[in-house]
Amino acid sequence: MSTTPILEVTNLRVEYHGDNRQVVAVNDVSFSIGEGEIFGLAGESGCGKSTVANAIMRLLKDPAEITGGQIRFRGRDLLAMRGEELRRFRWKEIAMIFQSAMNSLNPVMTIGSQMVDIFTTHEGLSVKQARSRSAELLRLVSIDPVRLDSYPHQLSGGMRQRAVIAMALALEPSLLIMDEPTTALDVVVQQEIMAQISDLQRQLGFSVLFITHDMSLMVELSHRMAVMHSGRLVEMADAELMFASPLHPYTLSLMNAFPPLTGPRVRLTGLSDSVRATDGTSGSCSFHVACPPDRANCSGNIPDLREVQPGRFVAEHPRTSIEGTAA
Amino acid sequence: MTTDTGQRRPSTAPIDDVSVRVRGLTKDFPLGGLFSRRSMRAVDNVDFDIPRGTIVALVGESGSGKSTVARALARLERPTAGSIVVGGRDVLKTEKSAASRRYRGTVQMVFQDPFGSLNPAHRVEHFLERPLRIHGKARSRQEVRRRSAELMRTVGLTEDMLDSYPHELSGGQRQRVSIARALAVDPEIILADEPTSMLDVSVRIGILNLMARLRDERGISMLFITHDLASARYVADTTLVMFAGALVEGGESLELMKNPSHPYTQLLLSAVPDPARTVRYDPHQRALLRRAVLAPTACPWQGPDCSATVPVRHTIGPDHWVRCHLYAPQVSAAANPLLTDSDAQPDLDSAPDLDVAPAPTRKATR
Repeated sequence: MSTTPILEVTNLRVEYHGDNRQVVAVNDVSFSIGEGEIFGLAGESGCGKSTVANAIMRLLKDPAEITGGQIRFRGRDLLAMRGEELRRFRWKEIAMIFQSAMNSLNPVMTIGSQMVDIFTTHEGLSVKQARSRSAELLRLVSIDPVRLDSYPHQLSGGMRQRAVIAMALALEPSLLIMDEPTTALDVVVQQEIMAQISDLQRQLGFSVLFITHDMSLMVELSHRMAVMHSGRLVEMADAELMFASPLHPYTLSLMNAFPPLTGPRVRLTGLSDSVRATDGTSGSCSFHVACPPDRANCSGNIPDLREVQPGRFVAEHPRTSIEGTAA
Repeated sequence: MTTDTGQRRPSTAPIDDVSVRVRGLTKDFPLGGLFSRRSMRAVDNVDFDIPRGTIVALVGESGSGKSTVARALARLERPTAGSIVVGGRDVLKTEKSAASRRYRGTVQMVFQDPFGSLNPAHRVEHFLERPLRIHGKARSRQEVRRRSAELMRTVGLTEDMLDSYPHELSGGQRQRVSIARALAVDPEIILADEPTSMLDVSVRIGILNLMARLRDERGISMLFITHDLASARYVADTTLVMFAGALVEGGESLELMKNPSHPYTQLLLSAVPDPARTVRYDPHQRALLRRAVLAPTACPWQGPDCSATVPVRHTIGPDHWVRCHLYAPQVSAAANPLLTDSDAQPDLDSAPDLDVAPAPTRKATR
């Protein structure tokens, strides 16, 4: 995997403005994605991970506002793009698969006419050319091109998801953002879709920003990953390394939030339902109680990421040593 | 290995220890237009018991018919055939057209989508007040409030949330309200249809723990419908695997996940994400396995057997059975090519589209 970053997010800050309060949904978040790299962003709902994705796509609307930081794509400043420039940039350079991708297809248009739209709008192809390109795309995701004339309700959930992936790849984007792409699908279909994405990624070489709360799934697919909590990144490292020895207590809790398939049945506590960054106090770590007693208290704020080993970042106060955490 | 040759009857525990006994449950859905005689069998001759005070998980992929089983038990669908015995009475015979209030007071259901199952125009209190009043659990205003508050505490919510509207609550809180609503009538049995699949990881365990607590403290029996095997293993005493409308394997949850025996159970388990897995995903192997499983009539390992005769239950361990000819006594376990390598692998090119729904394997009767 190359080291030249395709996407650089630096000190990104996003706020939601309410009537009488502000919520900082993304607070000083920095990461980069390399050429051809699959980068995972994990966290529970409400932690700000989808907001990061929407910020990169420039899809945030009132009351959300990017109040600080930079997003650079191949050196170009994404936040400075306007109007037509932005419209041409989206989908051509960065495409996104949304959370309920299955429902993001138009129910009254055939799959074919929705795909043809992409080519006629963005590349000015004739309908005939566009149809043959669409057929090619469907074959790429193992769907029979006769399905071009099907309506979304005639396809199974897995097939619809594949069709959405095909559409996202239509203009050969350099970066694909996937926001919980398999949440509503059962495990067997999920695995097939994931294997397909992995295959396509190797074939076409695009980079992926993969967002999910399922750590196991993420580690299977991603090269590098980051864990987000209350709008802050708390850990970032090579995916398998982080899974093998998580440094931040929150990473561990997120991993333990799914019951295991082997070993004895132990009672899990899960993550707390009540501790949420909804009152504008985002940035405080509710996990300091889980830290060893010699640890600085992070209840005031989650510290910035520190590089504790080459390529390994964790948000903890400087005076703690890494040995103390790798339990 | 013994074989249950005396037809497909599972354990015959005394009826007193059983909350729900389902036998031969079958549901056909009509296909085509008004005058069409075609139908599709969604549930095919399903037998199981829910022992009193236990959680039974019903797992399977989308479209396997598991929700139809729950809906038949909730009397939201009228089964084509079979019997459902609750409290010693065959309810399909005694309450032919619709469920009685007494039945609703015994069996309650929690639905998958907490965003769709609560009317957005009403406050939380309304959802609890209705069952309390209709089933005569509380009469006066104060009593309703007292019982509602009690229910809220039982499911881990606070009393002041009674005045909230559903949109003010998170998904996990809404699902807790749904559970409180089911509990309002003091049911003996709760049917939970994918209660956690729409919820975030952060609240999933909380709901599962609540289910376990209701079982342990109140002795409520539950049918837990899910496609998440890890959740089933975590909370259910018994797990039943459903495939294409039929139960194919069942047993004590830990034992079943440790020794999955039916090819379909193996397929399901191998699809669960697991970074520690040593064998990497191989689309070729997966296509073979899936084809074998999805098209039992063409199962390369059993020849004509599966198409000629319906497999019966074979007991393969204490509290563990499987319905597959591979485990018939005359076939030794070592001959199971799913566990060993076989030369008799069909070529992948003729494998059907990966996304073919299980429907073709079902009998479409004309």
